[in-house]
Amino acid sequence: MLSIKNIHANIEGKEILKGINLEIKAGEVHAIMGPNGSGKSTLASVLAGREEYEVTEGEVTFLEKDLLELSTEDRAREGLFLAFQYPVEIPGVSTTNFIKAAVNEKRKYQGEELLDAVAFLKMMKQKMALVEIDQSLLSRSINEGFSGGEKKRNEVFQMAMLEPKLAILDETDSGLDIDALRIVANGINKLRNENRAILLITHYQRLLDYIQPDFVHVLYNGKIVKSGTKELALELEDKGYDFITDEADLAASL
Amino acid sequence: MTNVNYFKDQFEQLQDSGPATAIAELRTDGFNTFNKSGLPTYKLEEWKYTNISSLFDKEYQFANTAPAIQLSDIDAIRLAGHEQANELVFVNGRFIPALSTIRSTASQLVILALEEAAKGKYEQLVKAHLGQSSEYLKDGIHALNTSFIQDGLFLLVPKGQQLTEPVYIYHISDARQQNTLSQPRSLIFVEENAKLQLTETYTTLGTSESFTNEVLEVVVKENAFVEYYKIQHDGLNASQVGSTHIHQIGRSHVHTVVVSLNGGVIRNNLNLVLDAAGNETHLYGLYLLKGKSHVDNHTLVDNKQPNCFSNQLYKGIAGDASTGVFSGRIIVQPDAQKTNAYQSNKNIILSDQATINTKPQLEIFADDVKCSHGCTVGQLDEEALFYLRARGIPKEAAEVLLLEAYAADILVQIKPEPLRNHVAELIYEHLSIS
Repeated sequence: MLSIKNIHANIEGKEILKGINLEIKAGEVHAIMGPNGSGKSTLASVLAGREEYEVTEGEVTFLEKDLLELSTEDRAREGLFLAFQYPVEIPGVSTTNFIKAAVNEKRKYQGEELLDAVAFLKMMKQKMALVEIDQSLLSRSINEGFSGGEKKRNEVFQMAMLEPKLAILDETDSGLDIDALRIVANGINKLRNENRAILLITHYQRLLDYIQPDFVHVLYNGKIVKSGTKELALELEDKGYDFITDEADLAASL
Repeated sequence: MTNVNYFKDQFEQLQDSGPATAIAELRTDGFNTFNKSGLPTYKLEEWKYTNISSLFDKEYQFANTAPAIQLSDIDAIRLAGHEQANELVFVNGRFIPALSTIRSTASQLVILALEEAAKGKYEQLVKAHLGQSSEYLKDGIHALNTSFIQDGLFLLVPKGQQLTEPVYIYHISDARQQNTLSQPRSLIFVEENAKLQLTETYTTLGTSESFTNEVLEVVVKENAFVEYYKIQHDGLNASQVGSTHIHQIGRSHVHTVVVSLNGGVIRNNLNLVLDAAGNETHLYGLYLLKGKSHVDNHTLVDNKQPNCFSNQLYKGIAGDASTGVFSGRIIVQPDAQKTNAYQSNKNIILSDQATINTKPQLEIFADDVKCSHGCTVGQLDEEALFYLRARGIPKEAAEVLLLEAYAADILVQIKPEPLRNHVAELIYEHLSIS
């Protein structure tokens, strides 16, 4: 579904990603872990099409299309979803209207029939229950005055509504207490299926207690330095990042 | 013939055509001032950012003959909610009763030609209040309107009349044959315990230039409530200096919203003279500029008596090569202790060629007052734009959503729902067409 080949990316002339390779197939859940500053969020931003980042080398194929050639909105309408690490507050734009516009933009792009108000509300009710989000949040402006947990829950709700083929969850666990983390993780688990790929980006192993990944990758200094199964995450939890980063630093110095 | 010679000629004809009334005297004063000052140039501080004198490089004419405007022409420009409204029509600056529709009864609402009112039972009122704005607006363009007071409007809401039907004023300029100068003049009284909702809108017919130089004077008495809305969405060939002068002579409440969408060069003067203790005034403005539009809002709040409250919020968006100007002047006179006066001007610039000039002026001569002002000029929130796009909403639509949201807190200040929805649609269309 997603194929990343030797991606290099800069921001303001500084190289952050230094040759990333990653293959993700439908139905798989991948976790990318790594210390602060390793390039995890940059990878998410590059995939979603944030314009501040300049890709200098490499290619990304998403569902047989050249992802880097697509605009941010077209990537979304092709089925890529980014759950933001810091969801933006947008006063004056109602959450419900925004999600309806997003759902219908995608349907229009895919050549499907647009949802009318009744069908949309029905869908909303169903997905609200799935991710345990309250109606009162959705009648407010986008994320305005939401707590950290409510913002993350809103991200997962949007994911449920947009039914992406590939969901990238950027530090969705950050800033959540244990109860909020459980609710958010439950929501994500319910959205897991054989047609959908999920890329979890996280600093901590604790999210992976709730969402069991098929593969774990360690990103360090702009490269994936180690890949493995979920046991790798446990090993990281146990030994800290040093055991991998020291190894990588040593290899780099040789 | 140059405009100035033409004005002189026309002025003499007008003065010779009628008797020496109080209005004729006022016109003479006006023309003397105009002769002395001429049209304002950018050398005047108050006209530093808006050049209207160059508009008069073109020759304008007053349309003296009755223009060919039918009731059906007016159907095209009616505002939402008109079925319940008193609709007053000005053509080329002249109030035309024959085209107007008055739905309130004569005891609820008095509507007369200004010249009629100046002769009859309202003679003293007219004498006392017509031209009061000249004390504040001393420039030549304001004097030019006064020089040609003719077929003006006199409107009075009598004591205790809480008028439920709003008053809509449609200004039509007929520029189908020639460049047209329209100079509407109105005098409005809202008496004790009365209520008035007043909306003005402007339409130019044809493709020649139109210039509207309007003066509207409003007198508000004890316990009266006035809502004033001005909707400017005319063609790019339509320029305007619109002066609204509101004199609160009794403790009263005034709420104003000025919305400027399309137009050529627009200058709005909005004066509030708080001339009784405890007055309350709210001024809101929204300008959404594209192309080469130029909109200049000058507000003046003169606090003359103690315990008055005023709040101003003007918001603007400037795209393409447009220019927005806001100048907000607050005067607190020595007697106006315990004044609360607030002012805020916020702007978004969408293009490198767009310009915003914003200038607050506070002149405080009393010592126990609370006044604040602030202005911002920024850009569209890139993070918000990316967030919307990352959900599949195309860039243009995402921008419209954000700009609509930005405008929303001014839009909600338009209290009558039909009018608010009407303006919301105009804003949406205006923002959607690039």
